[in-house]
Amino acid sequence: MTVTYREALRDALRDALVRDPRVFLMGEDVGRYGGCFAVSMGLYEEFGPERVRDTPLSESAFVGAGIGAALGGLRPIVEVMTVNFSLLALDQILNNAATLLHMSGGQLNVPLVIRMTTGGGRQLAAQHSHSLEGWYAHIPGLRAVAPATLEDARGMLWTALEDPDPVLLFEHGGLYNLEGELAPDAGPVDIDRAAVRRAGTDLTVITYGGMLPKVMAAAEQLAGERISAEVVDLRTLRPLDDATFVGSVTRTHRALVVDEGWRSVGMSAEIAARVTEGAFYDLDAPVERLCTTEVPLPHPKHLEDAAIPQVDDVVAAARALVQGGPGDG
Amino acid sequence: MGEFRMPSLGADMESGTLLEWRVQPGDAVHKGDIVAVVDTDKSAIEVEIFESGVIGELLVPVGDKVPVGTLLATVLPPGATLATPPAAPPAAPAPAEVPAPRAAPAEVPAPPAAAVARAAAPHASHLVSPVVRHLAERLGVDLDSVAPTGAGGRITRADVERAAPEVAAPPPAPAPAPAPAPEPSPAVAAAPAPGRPRSSPYARRLAAERGVDLADVAGSGPDGAVVAGDVTAAPSAAAPAPAPAAPAPAAPAARTGADRQASMRRAIAASMERSKREIPHYYVGLDIELGAATAWLDAANAERPVAERLLPAVLLLKAAALAARALPELNGFWVDGGFRPADHVHLGVAVSLRGGGLVAPAIHDADTLGLDELMAALRDLVGRARAGRLRSSEMADPTITVTNLGDQGVTTVYAVITPPQVAMVGFGRVAERPWAEGGMVGPRPVVTATLAADHRVTDGLRGARFLTTIDKLLHAPEDL
Repeated sequence: MTVTYREALRDALRDALVRDPRVFLMGEDVGRYGGCFAVSMGLYEEFGPERVRDTPLSESAFVGAGIGAALGGLRPIVEVMTVNFSLLALDQILNNAATLLHMSGGQLNVPLVIRMTTGGGRQLAAQHSHSLEGWYAHIPGLRAVAPATLEDARGMLWTALEDPDPVLLFEHGGLYNLEGELAPDAGPVDIDRAAVRRAGTDLTVITYGGMLPKVMAAAEQLAGERISAEVVDLRTLRPLDDATFVGSVTRTHRALVVDEGWRSVGMSAEIAARVTEGAFYDLDAPVERLCTTEVPLPHPKHLEDAAIPQVDDVVAAARALVQGGPGDG
Repeated sequence: MGEFRMPSLGADMESGTLLEWRVQPGDAVHKGDIVAVVDTDKSAIEVEIFESGVIGELLVPVGDKVPVGTLLATVLPPGATLATPPAAPPAAPAPAEVPAPRAAPAEVPAPPAAAVARAAAPHASHLVSPVVRHLAERLGVDLDSVAPTGAGGRITRADVERAAPEVAAPPPAPAPAPAPAPEPSPAVAAAPAPGRPRSSPYARRLAAERGVDLADVAGSGPDGAVVAGDVTAAPSAAAPAPAPAAPAPAAPAARTGADRQASMRRAIAASMERSKREIPHYYVGLDIELGAATAWLDAANAERPVAERLLPAVLLLKAAALAARALPELNGFWVDGGFRPADHVHLGVAVSLRGGGLVAPAIHDADTLGLDELMAALRDLVGRARAGRLRSSEMADPTITVTNLGDQGVTTVYAVITPPQVAMVGFGRVAERPWAEGGMVGPRPVVTATLAADHRVTDGLRGARFLTTIDKLLHAPEDL
């Protein structure tokens, strides 16, 4: 069955609404309008305004309401349009959702799922395009997951709803139109483990989310140059499954981190540190990072493309890593 | 008997320096009396005693720095008299060793006159603060000769310093610090440090495993760094896999002794670092009674010329080799995440080298050698190891190693496994110890055998069986 990433997400939402009467979806324009990225299109008609609720334009208020509903026994799915806007609700997410279990001495779980769009590449400019999931991956008490495949888009939501604690689901905006085969019986997926999307022997490329398709394309191109790249899709940004990517680097002896986030103090820094901690004596080259240029993302396409890592950039970085220095590439 | 201990004079105090005893053995003290002065990191403090009684013995000399809780003096019950004339308080160490008090004199309260009057310390006739007294000691100034200028006839710091003019001058300014080395420019920083080739961690690990000296490898990585491919392409000093137990001694002709020692130390460091990092060790130990073995050995040696006599170590090595054959899970290598048993016992023998360092070459098929052959092999191996003429095969393939520190006098050896081996046997000194058996205690020769083993491969049960097997074998020495 050929579906898009968007449809896979919608199937997951419908499935959750059908399965559990405690589940409801709320957010800006998720109801009558069908979601600003059309993910919830048709669900309002199907499930009605009680289960698919439009909210006022106040992230802090409706995320807070979601936390309250979760505490009250429901299983809310809250959609925050983009990760940039989620900062308006950061107080609720960090100071309430992430901390209540700890501060209540283990008495209050917050079984809340927050969906948001992240990433660039769609000419939406700086206030709609940033990759801030690393900021959330920094926070103890949260789980941050990033579906990069149709299977994960279809399956991560239900697994997240099963989690008694808050889970943030980062959907890359550039993936919504990704199309591919999805088994009709595709269902919940593991969100504890990273996935090796392609096996290889010369280097490990560690990535997640919107960068995964680019990295896979780059790995294909590298294979033509007889460079065998292993691709690890993190899938869950917190807690990180270091065993998988450190294990992979232990086999390949080289690591390239491809992260659409900014380089400084970001996901890539964390991953590089963990690779060094876990596989130092197996490294045959310094860990390399390929990240988005440290600028607010520009609107013009050529500038945005230049800022965000592209397939050719991944190929060049991998080649340099394997062949020893950019000069040799 | 009571105890007077170094008190904790603040939560952060770990130790204190005894500046002064205010009492002597035999003095009657009452709770609350000041008996000593202690210098802490912050100031000199007069210390009270918490019980009444008679001071017994002063256990810590003035000037010593001791941890909180150290017994400073014993306190006898009130009314007690010392059986022997009080010993003089322990002598203070040489002045040079007395740490200078840190507190400035102005911050140190002079002891109350009454306390000083009661004190039996020297110079009791002077009113002088402990710190100043201490200073006088340090400067070699006799307080009797100092004219006091302080309030109430107190001798001040200045008085003491005046009395010792040649030392009182402010200490010479420290020699100007050497000019700081210029910050290396980035280009310089990137250059390889002399004597240590640039190399990736993986390349270093491979080199250590293969006995390749990185200095001999041409690097093809950025800025000439040695990467794994360069090492695998380089001729190995040892046979290929499995990795050698310890670095092969470098070709002696090519390098100076110091070089060799340094590189050997580095290699041992790498190997042991890897061992402790990667191998989850467990340890078991067993005291083995060697009465039968020693008696047999004595009888056997009595019939031999001196040059052909057997050392007790040979029995231990043979027993260890046979036990390794009996328990193959301890005889082999951990390679690629799994255990690979060896199909023969190449017994590594740790040999310490003159001038430091250690190698553990193998006696091949030690389990099949007779005791005489084993003795000859051991003698040959130790001789060649110390002459730097070991063969690479001997370096490359021990399957289990024995370290025998008996001749160094220790009882027990807690060994560190040489990767990729999975076990290491340690023998301590064979010594007469009291040994209980059959309800009787008697002196018997006993050795403590230990086994350090890789917990990924075996559990303590298997290790215990290894040692009990050795025990059993050593009780039938004629069969070894």
